[in-house]
Amino acid sequence: MEKMSRVTTALGGSTLTGRTMHCHLDAPANAISVCRDAAQVVVAGRSIFKIYSIEEEQFVEKLNLRVGRKPSLNLSCADVVWHQMDENLLATAATNGVVVTWNLGRPSRNKQDQLFTEHKRTVNKVCFHPTEAHVLLSGSQDGFMKCFDLRRKDSVSTFSGQSESVRDVQFSIRDYFTFASTFENGNVQLWDIRRPDRCERMFTAHNGPVFCCDWHPEDRGWLATGGRDKMVKVWDMTTHRAKEMHCVQTIASVARVKWRPECRHHLATCSMMVDHNIYVWDVRRPFVPAAMFEEHRDVTTGIAWRHPHDPSFLLSGSKDSSLCQHLFRDASQPVERANPEGLCYGLFGDLAFAAKESLVAAESGRKPYSGDRRHPMFFKRKLDPAEPFAGLASSALSVFEMEPGSGSMGWFVDTAERYALSGRPLAELCDHNAKVARELGRNQVAQTWTMLRIIYCSPGLVPSANLNHSVGKGSSCGLPLMNSFNLKDMTPGLGSETRLDRNKGDTRSDTALLDSSATLITNEDNEETEGSDVPTDYLLGDAEGEEDELYLLDPEHAHPEEPEYVLPQEAFPLRHEIVDTPPGPEHLQDKADSPHVSGSEADAASLAPMDSSFSLLSVSHALYDSRLPPDFFSVLVRDMLRFYAEQGDVQMAVSVLIVLGERVRKDIDEQTQEHWYTSYIDLLQRFRLWNVSNEVVKLSTSRAISCLNQASTTLHVNCSHCKRPMSSRGWVCDRCHRCASMCAVCHHVVKGLFVWCQGCSHGGHLQHIMKWLEGSSHCPAGCGHLCEYS
Amino acid sequence: MAEGENEVRWDGLCSRDSTTRETALENIRQIILRKTEYLRSVKETPCRPSDGLSNTVSLDGLNKLLAHLLMLSKRCPFKDVREKSEFILKSIQELGIRIPRPLGHGPSRFIPEKEILQVGSEDAQMHALFADSFAALGRLDNITLVMVFHPQYLESFLKTQHYLLQMDGPLPLHYRHYIGIMAAARHQCSYLVNLHVNDFLHVGGDPKWLNGLENAPQKLQNLGELNKVLAHRPWLITKEHIEGLLKAEEHSWSLAELVHAVVLLTHYHSLASFTFGCGISPEIHCDGGHTFRPPSVSNYCICDITNGNHSVDEMQVNSAGNVSVSDSFFEVEALMEKMRQLQECRDEEEASQEEMASRFEIEKRESMFVFSSDDEEVTPARDVSRHFEDTSYGYKDFSRHGMHVPTFRVQDYCWEDHGYSLVNRLYPDVGQLIDEKFHIAYNLTYNTMAMHKDVDTSMLRRAIWNYIHCMFGIRYDDYDYGEINQLLDRSFKVYIKTVVCTPEKVTKRMYDSFWRQFKHSEKVHVNLLLIEARMQAELLYALRAITRYMT
Repeated sequence: MEKMSRVTTALGGSTLTGRTMHCHLDAPANAISVCRDAAQVVVAGRSIFKIYSIEEEQFVEKLNLRVGRKPSLNLSCADVVWHQMDENLLATAATNGVVVTWNLGRPSRNKQDQLFTEHKRTVNKVCFHPTEAHVLLSGSQDGFMKCFDLRRKDSVSTFSGQSESVRDVQFSIRDYFTFASTFENGNVQLWDIRRPDRCERMFTAHNGPVFCCDWHPEDRGWLATGGRDKMVKVWDMTTHRAKEMHCVQTIASVARVKWRPECRHHLATCSMMVDHNIYVWDVRRPFVPAAMFEEHRDVTTGIAWRHPHDPSFLLSGSKDSSLCQHLFRDASQPVERANPEGLCYGLFGDLAFAAKESLVAAESGRKPYSGDRRHPMFFKRKLDPAEPFAGLASSALSVFEMEPGSGSMGWFVDTAERYALSGRPLAELCDHNAKVARELGRNQVAQTWTMLRIIYCSPGLVPSANLNHSVGKGSSCGLPLMNSFNLKDMTPGLGSETRLDRNKGDTRSDTALLDSSATLITNEDNEETEGSDVPTDYLLGDAEGEEDELYLLDPEHAHPEEPEYVLPQEAFPLRHEIVDTPPGPEHLQDKADSPHVSGSEADAASLAPMDSSFSLLSVSHALYDSRLPPDFFSVLVRDMLRFYAEQGDVQMAVSVLIVLGERVRKDIDEQTQEHWYTSYIDLLQRFRLWNVSNEVVKLSTSRAISCLNQASTTLHVNCSHCKRPMSSRGWVCDRCHRCASMCAVCHHVVKGLFVWCQGCSHGGHLQHIMKWLEGSSHCPAGCGHLCEYS
Repeated sequence: MAEGENEVRWDGLCSRDSTTRETALENIRQIILRKTEYLRSVKETPCRPSDGLSNTVSLDGLNKLLAHLLMLSKRCPFKDVREKSEFILKSIQELGIRIPRPLGHGPSRFIPEKEILQVGSEDAQMHALFADSFAALGRLDNITLVMVFHPQYLESFLKTQHYLLQMDGPLPLHYRHYIGIMAAARHQCSYLVNLHVNDFLHVGGDPKWLNGLENAPQKLQNLGELNKVLAHRPWLITKEHIEGLLKAEEHSWSLAELVHAVVLLTHYHSLASFTFGCGISPEIHCDGGHTFRPPSVSNYCICDITNGNHSVDEMQVNSAGNVSVSDSFFEVEALMEKMRQLQECRDEEEASQEEMASRFEIEKRESMFVFSSDDEEVTPARDVSRHFEDTSYGYKDFSRHGMHVPTFRVQDYCWEDHGYSLVNRLYPDVGQLIDEKFHIAYNLTYNTMAMHKDVDTSMLRRAIWNYIHCMFGIRYDDYDYGEINQLLDRSFKVYIKTVVCTPEKVTKRMYDSFWRQFKHSEKVHVNLLLIEARMQAELLYALRAITRYMT
């Protein structure tokens, strides 16, 4: 019935027409309010108080309410409101604390009706009762709200907000007796107009002042609040506790909020500082405004929907001294400019991709080319017919999954957990890590570790058993070849000039090659023949080899009957072409037949696994004895680390960096190191390997990294008695002066490490609890909980 | 002697772990002993001319160390460090080396030392504050020791200062200290200048800059003008000033940097006010804080000259501040009576609009003439003046000429609504910190007045706050400026005016002659109100100009 009558009033007049327009005011506006006939608007500010009629094409000034020659602070308006029942009644809030009512029906030029000077400080807001003709509410800086009956000379009742300044008061539209008030300290209070002694309900809505609130015109109990913390929140007040339903994050503090008529989820906001636009938000879509009005050149101070049942006309006043009528159809819609595309890589190599439907539709029409092992899956968002913006933001999501097994990053996790990075001599660390890598089937990495050990540790310490193991069968089948390319002419001095072993053996290096414990695989598809022409190739090495191709000399294998050391060729692809191979677990990437790898043949020539799947370089004993200083290799090691890092195996790069420590650090610039560290730590954290990541942080020498785990090391605790945060110390509460953290075992205060059960929250000294739980599984406090300590 | 091994590392002492402190101290002791040995051996051998120089240098170095130790023995919040430092000093003395002794009488010249909390006798909460401060700065400065009258405020103050100087921010560390020096030098506050010169060098600042602003980068030189206006006539700041800084080609400031700089400038302007307002003495380890000589009359420090505390000055200064002694006894009662009256009759007496407006104007105009009558121009010590080029530009000379201060309406641009949002947008978190500090300073009360308890002092506090804003032309529409005249007497106004506008002219007599019945802690409380109100006033003008520039 009520609804019916309102609709008729709405339709009683002719339908609203108009256009986007604005008019210049003489002074900045602080607030505006619309008459119920939707044909007039009042603008109030420090030095302006005028009524404009809204015509088809323009605003026409109808009345200036600032009469008299002398300026009065009573006319310096902070807020203005037009009664929604009575076309002749207005109220203003003055900055000096006066509430003034105006009666347009007065015959004289001065329309001022009544003056209430009860507030001691600025009045921030006035509000008429939506249905009652004579009830006016005001909220002031002095912390009080007053309810006036216009038939009387003074206030009917006073509501105290407990000394905090009131920023907004709003009568509920549906509940006759209820009003909401918002405060400078972030609280929102709900009052019953009949009970001035205490508020019905209070809750903290925002961090910092709550500047505005607005009741939903249709939904009973929905209240929107806006605050200095740049948020608009929608609360459901019908439940026992006020429940936050929606939250919109804007870019500046929210000065005003107004629900849009006839659109259940829309509200308009404007900001107090910096941002001059008016936004209309759909609260269900809090990230992109549904519409935006950009007419104003200074902050907007007042907004009002022109008619309570017409969603397309918005009026606004601004500090730039202008009054605007905005038409919704003229609004700019940021959604249209947004790119609804997104791409995300999953932890295990999955790829998700969202794009405009039109784009995806065209794409999916294409057949996935054959042989592709990735399976695109398409999802389409289910469209909710109720959603008004279905047309604006429809996008399709596709997910590409890795082939089961192939994309598993299990090796990464295992490696991370098992690697030893410090605490033992270098040789042991290298051996350990090599072993780990080998067990995980990552032979190249294993080999690298072994070689690092050889480079940096004195050779005498190399346990031959280990070596045998590492070279394994590869060396045995390589043996016959060894003699054939001894480097006879190698002088100790020249030795440092990297002898090349160019061995273009056929690397049909399928995965079979991985089995052999030998070496790396990246490789070219070499048409050259078998090991027989190895010697020629060796000679060829210098001819073709570029200057920068350095090879690691690996005096690896000391055979009893072999006077020379046999070096399994461990060549690292130093060239970018190789590095170009798609990032991914490296033991997968080197399909010998993959076209781009073969394309890189020429440059990758240095990587020369033999037919037996690895190449050997033998060095005369003299060379070995010359004891190349580890420094000599540092360039090589550096390049190797770069290679690993660029291949995507930043784990290897960082681990080697940590294990070798000072030996290589100086060769790699700080920034690169930092970059590696951060990527590795990021990866570790994605896999939730917190301990490893912390260890890495701790072991890093880069300042930027090691300070990572010194940030936010504060643990905030609340007192166990009064539940208040304990600010100064962790064990004594300032408020209730009791010791909060008592040890359940020794009943003393715990000042150091405090451990507690997450089940029963009893705890105490770390040592005591550990000891206790060794002997008993029950809680030491006697609460009967079965505590666990791990 | 290799410098490396004798490099004294004081930072170990800031640790909360007593064993770390112990080792650090032991280290220091070793170094000092070595230096002493070296000096003695040099002394015993006949002095060759070439040795002379290095000898003085190392003696200087030793003396610096000893002065620092002296400071630690008095001001370190950790008992073990205090005792051990004293012990080291004693043992050195026994070796025949002259050790320094502190000059002056505690942290403040205005407040007797016994009124001020002794380090070591603080309660747990204060100890935590001290430890925090010591850990951050490696010292416990006199400002902290005076502010600790109001620990709640001190905590917020230290947090803010720590954030401004040491935490994330758009400006490099040495810039921050240099800006602090620039700001403090505007008021010839050698105390703050000395402190920050040390810090500036410590964070790797170029010592050349200290020879004057013209040696600093152009970018900082550009800031000089803003510094000057902000310190003395903030209402003259226009968006052109801001534009000039932001659009200076390669020397231009970014908005975020500018906000950081503005916050620093205002912070140090008001801190200079506090330093003079409470008569903070030089730090023990800085020049003028200690002496190796027995006391002598001729020994005074720069501070004393620049702020007119030199004994000769004191005789002439400030006859206006005199109130006859007999009045003083009833001062408190009279003040309370007035507050009661105002409370009661506020509703009855209804002043007209014009009346209210004119009261503000009167107060504003009068505030210009509330001044001590001393005429002599205090020549600033060279040492400090190098940081600002235009010494003649002060608050005073405009008030003489009766320049018109335009009215700034707080209802149109206030800290809570506008200033906060702007600062927080451009320099995240700082808005929050300063906001908290303002709140605490404004709302701080113990409900006492001198010997009376349970007094609602909000009216008095608001009068002081608004009076300061009134001097800067900031008007509250909802305040009756008649109240100020009722509540603040002339000597108090003189003090406020001097502290806020020309802090370097504050004298002990001014400090003593207002509110004679009140406790020192209450006078410090007044100072906190003064400095926060001043800071807010300056910030409001600067931020309004930035806002205008942005729109």
